[in-house]
Order: sequence, then structure tokens, then C-alpha cells
Amino acid sequence: MGRTLAEKVWDAHVVRRVDGEPDLLYIDLHLVHEVTSPQAFEALRLAGRPVRRPDLTLATEDHNVPTTNTLAPIADPISAAQVETLRKNCAEFGVRLYPMNDPGQGIVHVVGPQLGLSQPGMTIVCGDSHTSTHGAFGALAFGIGTSQVEHVLATQTLPQRRPKTMAVTVEGDLPAGVTAKDLILAIIARIGTGGGAGHIIEYRGAAVRGLSMEGRMTVCNMSIEAGARAGMIAPDDTTFEYLAGRAHAATGPAWDEAVAYWRTLASDDDAVFDREVVIDAASLTPYVTWGTNPGQAAPLGSRIPAPADYADPAARASVERALAYMGLTAGVPLSEVAVDTVFIGSCTNGRISDLRAAADVLRGRRVADGVRALVVPGSMQVKAEAEAEGLDEVFRAAGAQWRSAGCSMCLGMNPDTLRPGERSASTSNRNFEGRQGPGGRTHLVSPAVAAATAVTGRLTAPAQL
Amino acid sequence: MEAFTIHTGRAVPLRRSDVDTDQIIPSEWLKRIERTGFGAGLFSEWRADEGFVFNNPAYAGASILVAGPDFGTGSSREHAVWALQDYGFRAVISPRFADIFRGNALGNGLLPVQLPAETVEALQTAAEQDPTVEITVDLAAREVRGAGLVAPFELDDFTRWRLMEGLDDVGLTLRHEELITGFETTRPAWLPSVA
Ligand code: SF4
Repeated sequence: MGRTLAEKVWDAHVVRRVDGEPDLLYIDLHLVHEVTSPQAFEALRLAGRPVRRPDLTLATEDHNVPTTNTLAPIADPISAAQVETLRKNCAEFGVRLYPMNDPGQGIVHVVGPQLGLSQPGMTIVCGDSHTSTHGAFGALAFGIGTSQVEHVLATQTLPQRRPKTMAVTVEGDLPAGVTAKDLILAIIARIGTGGGAGHIIEYRGAAVRGLSMEGRMTVCNMSIEAGARAGMIAPDDTTFEYLAGRAHAATGPAWDEAVAYWRTLASDDDAVFDREVVIDAASLTPYVTWGTNPGQAAPLGSRIPAPADYADPAARASVERALAYMGLTAGVPLSEVAVDTVFIGSCTNGRISDLRAAADVLRGRRVADGVRALVVPGSMQVKAEAEAEGLDEVFRAAGAQWRSAGCSMCLGMNPDTLRPGERSASTSNRNFEGRQGPGGRTHLVSPAVAAATAVTGRLTAPAQL
Repeated sequence: MEAFTIHTGRAVPLRRSDVDTDQIIPSEWLKRIERTGFGAGLFSEWRADEGFVFNNPAYAGASILVAGPDFGTGSSREHAVWALQDYGFRAVISPRFADIFRGNALGNGLLPVQLPAETVEALQTAAEQDPTVEITVDLAAREVRGAGLVAPFELDDFTRWRLMEGLDDVGLTLRHEELITGFETTRPAWLPSVA
């Protein structure tokens, strides 16, 4: 019987397989950041263990870093101590680090791909659930907890049970104005926040093939919001073109050898998935979330749902709670929801094409009065690219704030937060209660919708401007 | 890691689904570089609401959390497990757990017990009606008992053995170091290195 992409990558990394035990998987790349690593390094120190493969381990500072005044010391002493701890740990254990203000610094899931470190067929882990992003390359990439970070640092392996496989096939082409973000929000709305639990999702079909690498990263990034262990897309010419010439990609005969191998990774025609879902791309429109989990999303052209629309009592209670938290009334058109903050950035939508999409909407327009718009590039390299293209000028001219690279308002560990009751249109990935600041209310949107929303002050698709 | 064989304690009913790790331990708590002291941050946003079940003194000292489906979704933060343990929980019962949370819990000896939704509801109702009711989570027998019911749960033999022995994964894996070294010699040369 044929194998799926996920099974092929898995099988190629099994160090030890014994009946009844988890497989021991080799890890090709371990990405590290300041938040989930201090306790792992501390455990190594206590056990007197070294980092087994510093050459396969890369650290960056992203979650805590301020995005203004980055040359000044970090004002929050606890954030500063955490960043300092990472620096000390990396120095002590010989791990390469991209610190604040380094041209290589950025959000961990933006840094790996831009360096060409995230490649097809690899196993990639990080103490961060959005590690699924790197699956866009046909890598098996998943988030791990701090004990597992310690495990990978010490052994470069991880004991894992093989998840089930799930195919999400998106047939047809995405209509104009519908982006990768809209697609993944629609997928999560369809299968639910637990819909992918215990599974590795493989995204397939014409609409997925038609996405750029950055669009694919947006889709795979949010696999975790559907509960999936990982998300993957089979590598193809789009993937190879993106990788060719990047800093850590092979060259010459080694490159040819790699590409030849990568071409064998696609799921076999007779491979069987444990679950399959088919989505019709042509039916999609821009999507936004209205609730407090990423599955609570709907077309921007629709109305806020009512608890009574849900038959299941648990779902009804959850909708009721979400509407109360969000301060929304059932039946109101989503396009009438007013926001005071717009956040463009994060590992979901902080790449150059995302910033271009937002700039295209904002060029020659103004951010509405009373709306605070933040544009936060995903990495220093994205920042430099955007500035070389003059995008920073477009944002500033429109009245938006142009920031330095980091996670920023995606989770509000740095000073960029929502105040209680504030409402944002955000290109990030989580609309959980308080995610962007205690009492803050988040609507997840695409970069184009975020930009159009900044202009009107209400949830708006660019086509409506 | 503390071994887990059998535990008897009182239960807190948490009638919410999709309890994400941002709620279990909000991000402001993630700046700490220690592994301890997270109990004070457990559900800190929700605890600001007087009516929240954790503020009911009748449940003080309870050691089993009985929650709705899809518990522990979202962020991979292991701090969520540390917070639950630091607060005094030994086991969480839910109809379904998010994968990363479940792995983190098992790695720390906090037992995630998956039971059918009706059983979880029955346990929640029992704990609501009588907060003093005791529930036993028996890992040896893979069974939850109490509130007039006996419910078997599944956990594979290997994981169960590891929990009952209180073994940590790093030590187990390092027993196979020669296999890891052997595997490393077979890795293709085109694979990237950070160096
Ligand atoms: S941008 Fe947001 S989701 Fe992505 S790594 Fe940073 S905090 Fe996590």
C-alpha cells in the first residue's frame, strides 16, 4: 500500500521502533526562543548534559522583544531577565542565537524559512505550537513542551507515537480577493478546533497548489488551531524555487540530489488517509472570527450567529459565552462591527507578501480617526525588504505605526497589548479571551481585510472600499 | 517526575469546553524562568470573577479537575501543566485533550484521563451536588471510580509503566545512544546545518 507524505517523512526518521513503545524520531532542526527554553536549559545544567547537536539548534528572541526603541534596554525587568537568560544559555551551550537588533532576528517561524533552514522531508520542532508553519515545505514540523525541548537538546530525538493522517483537499481556485488566511479560517470553521486532534493534516488540491510559499505557511501555521499535530503540503516547484539560493540551502550536485529526493515525498496515489475533508474553493469569501476560538469564524458578508442556531447544548453555551465576552449581538452584520485597533504581523501573516497585501490597500488611503494601526514585520529581514520597497512609507503616510520585528500584539508579552474592552482586527492566529491583553477582544482577519478595516474602522473587505 | 499509581481526591467541575492554555496560565506568567510558583496564575483571569468555580471554598484542596471537551488547546506552554500541578492537581478528566497538552501532562506526571462525555458530565454533576465526593483515579487498573460509577479509561502499557515508575524520557532515551549515533551516520549530506 502507498504511503502519505507524513508517513514517508516519519519513516525516514525512525531511530528506534519497538512494538508497544513510541517511535524514537530523529530531529533535523530544533528552533528555540526565550519563553519555553529556560527551564529546559536549567534541567540540562542540573543533569550535567550538553546540547547534543548545537549545529542543528537555532535560537532567536521574539516573544518578549519590544518593537519600538529596540536599542534601549528592555523596560520590563522580567522580560529582560528572560531574554538575558536565553543569551546566557546559548553562550554556555554553544547555541547560535539571533538577538534583538541582529539582522537575522525575528519570529522563530519566520526566521527558519527565510534562512532556507526549513526544507522538505525534515523533522522540525520548537517549543511553540505554531511550528506547524514549517510544514508548508513538506517538513514534519510540530510544537513541543519544555520537557520535550530538554529532551531534544539532550538527545536530538523525541519519542512520539505516530498520529493519524487527514487530507484536507481544497478543490478549484480561490476567487479573487480570497487569501490563504481566509482559506484556513474557513477550514477551521468547518472542521472545528478539535477537528484535527490526533492527526497530521495534509493540505492538497488545486487551490493549495496555487498558493505561494508564504500563503502555504499561513495555512500550515494555523493547523494547530484545528487541533492538528501538524500540517503539511507536498513540496513542488514552488517550494524548490523558494528555497533555491537561500543561505542554508544546498548548492551544486547536493542541491540536485536533494530535489530528486524531495520529489519522491508526495503522497502516493494509493495512499490512504484516516480522514478526508473536501472544501470547494470557489465558494469561499473573506472570513473573520466573531468568537473566542479560531473555529468561531464566518464570512465577513454574514451576520453574527445566535446561540439558538446551535443544536448542541455545549456549543450553544460556548457561543453565548463568546458573544458576551466579545460584546457582540447576534444578528448584527459582521461588517458593522467597529474596531479601535488593527494589528498586522505575527508568524501567520508577518511576511513580506502579507505586508505588500496590506500596503496595496493602504496606499493613498488613511487609517480612520480613533483607530490605532500597528504594522509589525515578522523579522528584521522582512523589515529591511519592506523598507527597500518603500512599504514603510506607505504605512506611515496612511497613519499606521511601523515597528520593529517580533511577536508583539499577537500575544502581548511585550508592551504592545489591547486594553480591557478594546477590539482589534488582527492578522494573528488566536482570538482567545485576553490573548492580546486582559479583556481585549480579537477578530482574526487576513492582511488585506485588516488594512481595509483600518481605513473604515469597521470590519471591511478591500472590495468594499 | 513523581510516580503515579493511584490517587483519591475531591474534584472541581469546570463546565467549559475549549479551555485553552492561554486561560489556564495567561501569557504574563510565561516570563518566569523557573518551573515552580505557577499555581497563583492558574486561571487567573477567570478567578477575577467571584462566581468562578475555583473561588468556591467548598472546592479548596480538590486535586482532580473535571473539564469539558478539548481541554488544553492552543499554545504549547508546559507552564499550563506546571500551574495545574502547583495548584495541587494530580489528574485532569476530560472527554478530549489537545495533543500537546496531553504530551506535556504525561511528561510531568499529571494524569490526563479521557472519558466519554456522558461520564464526565456525570462526574461534574456529582461534584456540583456534593463537593466532598471523592473520586479515585487508579492508573494500575486504568479505572476511575467514585460518585457511584466505575469508568475504565485507555492508556497504552508503555506510558502507564513509565508513569507508574516515575521515569523521565531523557534517561530512557539515552539508553539507546548508540542507535542515535548510528542513525546520524546515515543522514544525507545536503541536510542543512546552522553552523
Ligand atoms: S507570532 Fe504569535 S503565534 Fe507566532 S510565535 Fe509569536 S506569539 Fe506565537
